[in-house]
This record gives sequence, C-alpha cells and structure tokens, in this order.
Amino acid sequence: MVSALEDDAFADNAFPAAVADRVEHGARFVGLFATSAPGGTRILAVLARGHAIEQEALLLPAGRTRYPGLAQRVPAAEWYERAILDLHGLEPTGRSRPDPLVFPLRSGAGWPRPTAGGPPRPTDPDPPSPPPSLQGEGVFTIPYGPVRSGVFEAVEYLVETPGEDIPHLRTRVFYKHRGIEKRFEDMSIDDGVLLAERYEGVASVAHAMAFCGAVERVAGVEIPPAAGAVRVVHAELERIANHLDSTVRHVEGAGQAVAFARFSLHKERVMRLRGQLSGSRFGRGVIVPGGVSGAPGLGGAELLQAVDRLEKAIRADCRLLLATPSFVDRLRGTGVVSPELAARYTLVGPVGRASGQHEDVRVSRPYAAYGHLGQPLAEPRSDGDALTRLHVRFDEMWGSFHLLRQAADDLDRTEADRTEADRTGRGTGSPWRNAVGPVSGEALGWAEAPQGEVAYLVELHEGSLVHARVRSASFHNLAAFALAFPHDILTDFAFIEASFGLSIAGASG
Amino acid sequence: MPWITRGLSEGIVTTRYPRRPDGYGPDFHGTLLVDPGRGVDRATERAIGECPTGALSVVDGQVEVDRGRCVLCGRCATLQPEVFRFDPSFDHSTIGRSALHVRGGAEDEETLAWIRSGLARRTKALRRSVHIRHVDAGSDGSEEWEIAALTNPVYDVGRLGIFFTASPHHADILLATGVGTVGMATPLRTTYEAMPHPKVVIAAGVDAASGGMVGPGYASRGGIGDVVPVDVYVPGSPPSPFGLLHGILLAVGLVGTAGNRGTTGRPGGRADRPRPQGTHPQGPASAVEPGDRTEAGEA
Ligand code: SF4
Repeated sequence: MVSALEDDAFADNAFPAAVADRVEHGARFVGLFATSAPGGTRILAVLARGHAIEQEALLLPAGRTRYPGLAQRVPAAEWYERAILDLHGLEPTGRSRPDPLVFPLRSGAGWPRPTAGGPPRPTDPDPPSPPPSLQGEGVFTIPYGPVRSGVFEAVEYLVETPGEDIPHLRTRVFYKHRGIEKRFEDMSIDDGVLLAERYEGVASVAHAMAFCGAVERVAGVEIPPAAGAVRVVHAELERIANHLDSTVRHVEGAGQAVAFARFSLHKERVMRLRGQLSGSRFGRGVIVPGGVSGAPGLGGAELLQAVDRLEKAIRADCRLLLATPSFVDRLRGTGVVSPELAARYTLVGPVGRASGQHEDVRVSRPYAAYGHLGQPLAEPRSDGDALTRLHVRFDEMWGSFHLLRQAADDLDRTEADRTEADRTGRGTGSPWRNAVGPVSGEALGWAEAPQGEVAYLVELHEGSLVHARVRSASFHNLAAFALAFPHDILTDFAFIEASFGLSIAGASG
Repeated sequence: MPWITRGLSEGIVTTRYPRRPDGYGPDFHGTLLVDPGRGVDRATERAIGECPTGALSVVDGQVEVDRGRCVLCGRCATLQPEVFRFDPSFDHSTIGRSALHVRGGAEDEETLAWIRSGLARRTKALRRSVHIRHVDAGSDGSEEWEIAALTNPVYDVGRLGIFFTASPHHADILLATGVGTVGMATPLRTTYEAMPHPKVVIAAGVDAASGGMVGPGYASRGGIGDVVPVDVYVPGSPPSPFGLLHGILLAVGLVGTAGNRGTTGRPGGRADRPRPQGTHPQGPASAVEPGDRTEAGEA
C-alpha cells in the first residue's frame, strides 16, 4: 500500500500504523529505505512473512524533510531512521532527533543525499565527531578507537560512566562510511556486482548473490542448476570461514595459544580452498548476474575430498574447545541477549538464532540451489549468551558441510551430463550463466550471509542501476550490540564482540 | 594436555617464503599480466573500455595496466585472452605509485628469485624486529582478514622478526587499508604523526592506492595518498597474505636504509624519493629497487 502525504499535516500516521499493523500480525521487519521517486522521495518499509515479501511505501513531496517515524511502534526501524537522517536529511517525527550513525555531517551543505543527482563530490571539511550523548558532573567517557589495538576494522566504542549508574556503551561506525549506495547510481549491473562484493568484504559472496538475486528478479531470469550449486558451494565456504574467524577471535581473547594456531590454520585452509575454486580467496568474481562466471577450479570429487578432510579436522578441534572448561566458563552467561530483545529488534543470523529468532532465508525464501538441497534442522536455542552463539556457529558449520557435500555431488553429476552432452552434440547454451538483458524495474534480492540476512533493493533502467539500497545483517544487528553489555563492559568486551561477529564495513556502508 | 598434542599433530605448516617461493597453484588470480608483443586490436580496445576501474590504457602504442586500480575482476582476460591473463604470482608491491603502472610481462622467474633473495638478506641485515601499526581507513573488511592471517601458522611473520603493535610510538611501519574515508583522515594522520622516525607507510590494497571500486566520493578520498605519504603500494583487492608479506618486506628494506635518505618525505607521491645508494652495506638488494627493475624490463 502507498500512503501519500498531501500537505504539511503530518499528523498523518497511516504509514507507521500500517507497518506496525503488519508487524503485530506476524510480519518480520526487514528494513526501511529512502529512494527518489517521481515528485519527491519514497520511504519504503520492507517486511517478510514466511516466504512472502510485503511492502509499505510513503511518498514525501519534494521539499518535505520530515515524515512520521516508525521506531516508536517498530523498534527495529530505529537505526534505519538514523541512517536515513544522516544520508538523506529526512527526519522522523514522534521521537527526539537521533544521534548520527553512519555519517555525522548535519549541515545541508555537501549533504551526500543518494539520489540527489549529480556525481558524488567530496565533502569538505572533514565532518567533526559529534560529542558524547551524556554530559554532566561525574560523567566519564572513555573512548576506544577508532584506531583499535590489534588488527581490527575502524570503529569507536564510547564507554560512558554516568556516576553510580551502570556504564553505557555507544558504538560509532561512521568513521569508515564510504558512501557505497551513492556509488551504485548509474553503474552497469556487471560493475554493480563488483561493488556489492566490496560492501561487506568478508561476506562478498552473500552480497553478490543478494544483488544478483534482485537483478535476476527484475529480468525474470532463472539461473542454470549448475550455477545454483556453485553459488551454494561458495556461500557455505564463506559461512565456514566467517564462523572460524569468530572462533579465532574467541580463543585469542581467552589466550588459548594452541587453539588460536589450530583454528587460524583451519581458516587459512578454507581460504585456500576458496582460492583454488575461484582464483580469489573471497570467492570474488564468481557470482555474476544470471549465474556464475564459469566452472569451479576443482571437480566435484576433489571438492568432496577437501570438504571431508576439513570437516574432520575442524570437528575434532571444536569438540576439544567445548570441553575446555577455562574457555567455556568465560563465555557462559556472557553478553546475554534475551529472546525479548532479539524479537524486539528482529535480530538475524547466529546472534538471532542464539536468542530464539530462527529465521534463515535459505529455508524461508530459498534461492540458488537451496530449494532442492536437504537442509539440516539445527537445534533451536534461546539462552542468548556468547557460548550459545558459539554453539550456533558450530551447528551452522556442520550444516554447511552437509550442504557442501550435496552441492559437490550435484557438480559431479553436471560434469557427467556435460560430457555426455558434448559427446552427443546436444549441449546448448552455457551451463553456468543465462543472459540478462537491458531490463528496467525494481526488485528485492536476499541471501543468508554468515552474519544473517542481507537484502538489496535494486532499481534498474535499461540494464543500468538507478539505485541500490543495502541492508546488511551487521547493520541490522548492531542495534542490539550495546544492549548485550549489562554489567562489566571491559572484562567481557573481546568475547561479546567476537560472538556478535559484525563487520563494521557492512554496518557503515 | 590435549591442546599440546593437537598443536604437534600437523608437523610443519609454515611457508618457507621468502627463502623459497611458495606456489599457490596455477589458477590463482595473483596479478594481471599484459602480453607486450601484441598491438592494440578491436578486442583489446573493448577490454580497455570495459575495465570497471579504468585500470587499462594505451601508452606509446602499448597496453598499460595500473595495478593500483586493477581489482582483478578478470573481465579484460575474458574479452581478450590473448593480451590479458591472470598469473598466480603475488610479489608485485612497489615503491612509489608510478611503478604500479606496468607494461608487458616484466616479471620473469629470475626477477622474482632476485627480489626474494634480496628481501631475505634485508630482514637479516636489519638485525632487529620490526613493528607494524595497522590502521583501517575505510576497508571492506577483507584486508583485515588477510593481515590477521599473517600471524597464522602458515605465514607466521613472527619468525621473520615482524610484530604488530598497538602503540604508534613503537611502530616502524604504518600498514593502512581502505579507501581513505573522510572520517578516518584525522585518526590516520594522527597515528602517522605519533610514529617515530624513520617510518614507512604501506598502502595495502587497491582501495588504499586509488579507492578501487569505491573510488573518490563524498565520503572517500579515493585512496590514502593525500592523507599520509605512501612509500610502498601493495596491489590486490584484497592483497593476499603473500602479497602483504612482500610489501612488508619491501618496507623493511626501507626501514633498514632510511638512515641514508635523510628525510622521511612529505605527503604526495613518492616515486621521486631518493634511492638508497649501492654503497650501502646491505649490498646489491638495495642498489636497485624492484620498481626500477620493472621499468627496466620494458626497455
Ligand atoms: S582484471 Fe583488472 S585490468 Fe582487467 S578489467 Fe578487471 S580491473 Fe580492469
């Protein structure tokens, strides 16, 4: 449904009411996006119900900069409203003016405003850092970052200690905002997928799949079955690599030197396998609109062997790690995200699944080859602490291995079919990629990244991009991060950060 | 003590690089090579036009690839495989930005072996450990993974006397990643200024060299070059751990020869930096920098 704001009387609450009504009746809030539209700006709320996508749109006439906000009734929308204010200068009513989140520039001059037209131009001078939110006597603010100690992405954590009260954590991701959504404008779809791969570089495959999923939906193109299997292979190896990375961060924080060496070696082997399959350790260049760029560098049988070897070694070390009391004790009861909190913010990925939010778009809205592969049902969990999140990651790795084996089998069969087709001369077209024409239209694409669901809203005009809006799981889950520190911020920091496994690039755009 | 037995069970996994080359497999997209012998035909022109980052151009009738822009997407190699092809080699870091502009196939095995042995000598000759301060100035996150990989048992940079430090006051090398966001300009500059002399700056990855796919924009400076003076460029999107290691070892050479240079330079391109002289005790490795060698290969 589209609501239009006719005049300045934006007591009109039809838009938030409509979205809240859908949420109250079982729809899950996916994201809130601002795009240009004929005559002004469109604010689009995207929701999901089972396998279906639902939308509510609000048209803001040109010149209007305030709109009825959602966050009071749909808390998960809060951070989206903050990002829309930062980038588009549109302010939600019904709440106090939110803090800057992805870009702190608040003067009208040089406002990036994706869709404002014209090429991106540099902002000058550098945006100043906004002051901490709490001020007053006895308030201490301890900043950590944005240059971290150790090899981490740039982010600033402010620990605010208001007198006797419990310290409060604020996360500031805007230091590395790169302005990627603006960059998408006018790109070709082939360039667009290369940029999508770099939105959240540790989840390149998932982003490329979500972007291509949107493009393929606009074009009405199905990908060839073999391409679906290749996409699954790369997506699941990406998931395993990310979960191993999170595990490495955990054991590093706990000072487990041998476990650190072991898990970082496993991760390196996964990265090398990805490199062997695609030429890129991050699977870049594999996913293209309409399918995949070509045959994987390893045959199905070789892949199967490599996967079996990896799984055996990783399982043994995971078992040992979970039987190491000094390690497990650090995680138990640490950084608890209650099921209520997870539901309030519709948390996704392993963070959500450790707290009773079981949505997984591989199952609910299957894409690539997921629809016909048998997917293991993971044990439902809801304890919500760092240990539970680690359990979820391990469960997901076993699920990934299960999927990898089936996809490798599929590839093996494709190779056999292909040889047969070549022999009989019946082979037609590419087994890897279907053509995507210069189409126009708008669609949503999605994929289950290692961090959770990533969604792309893509509009095309004759094959080139009008706009792309990105919702990464890292951004979506960031809202709950500060709330997972109920007591002692400093002692548990490394574990809580590792157990969330968020990418700052993905959160800041 | 189960973790201890676990630690021993794999034997030696550490790579022998730089003492010995470590192949990554023939299909790895380490870098893009241009066949120098070919003129510029239709297909080549088309490939040049389709490059997503404008990394290809024609200079003096020869195709030139700017590795500071190439994101290794492979499009040119698909459109004109007779001129462009991937190569698994990874040691293409350069001193100075202009040396990333490469024509023809200058990297023969001999050159690589020569660089490697020179680098091994350098780490030895420095006779002390080298400390690296990493700063993310707007990466996509993948560069941090590859830098962190340098401490895994395969690369294990500690064995070369290379360590990461949290304090800029103890750092010799600034290893910067990312497109140079406006938000990180000041923190990056501050870190650089807090480092003692001599200091060397590495721009890790095409994002840091040119902005890569992101390029310049309202929030990106299109590389870190106008924020801090870059000495060593590591191509790749992201660079592989081997590529990073090669860049770090080049930087170690600069740390070791910095006493000869007098200054640590100023913001801007560094292609014009004074070169170490052949009389330096480190011998032939410092007599000619690899960047020069690449240019010599074209002649
Ligand atoms: S491989 Fe490099 S040079 Fe070739 S088209 Fe891609 S970015 Fe351009």
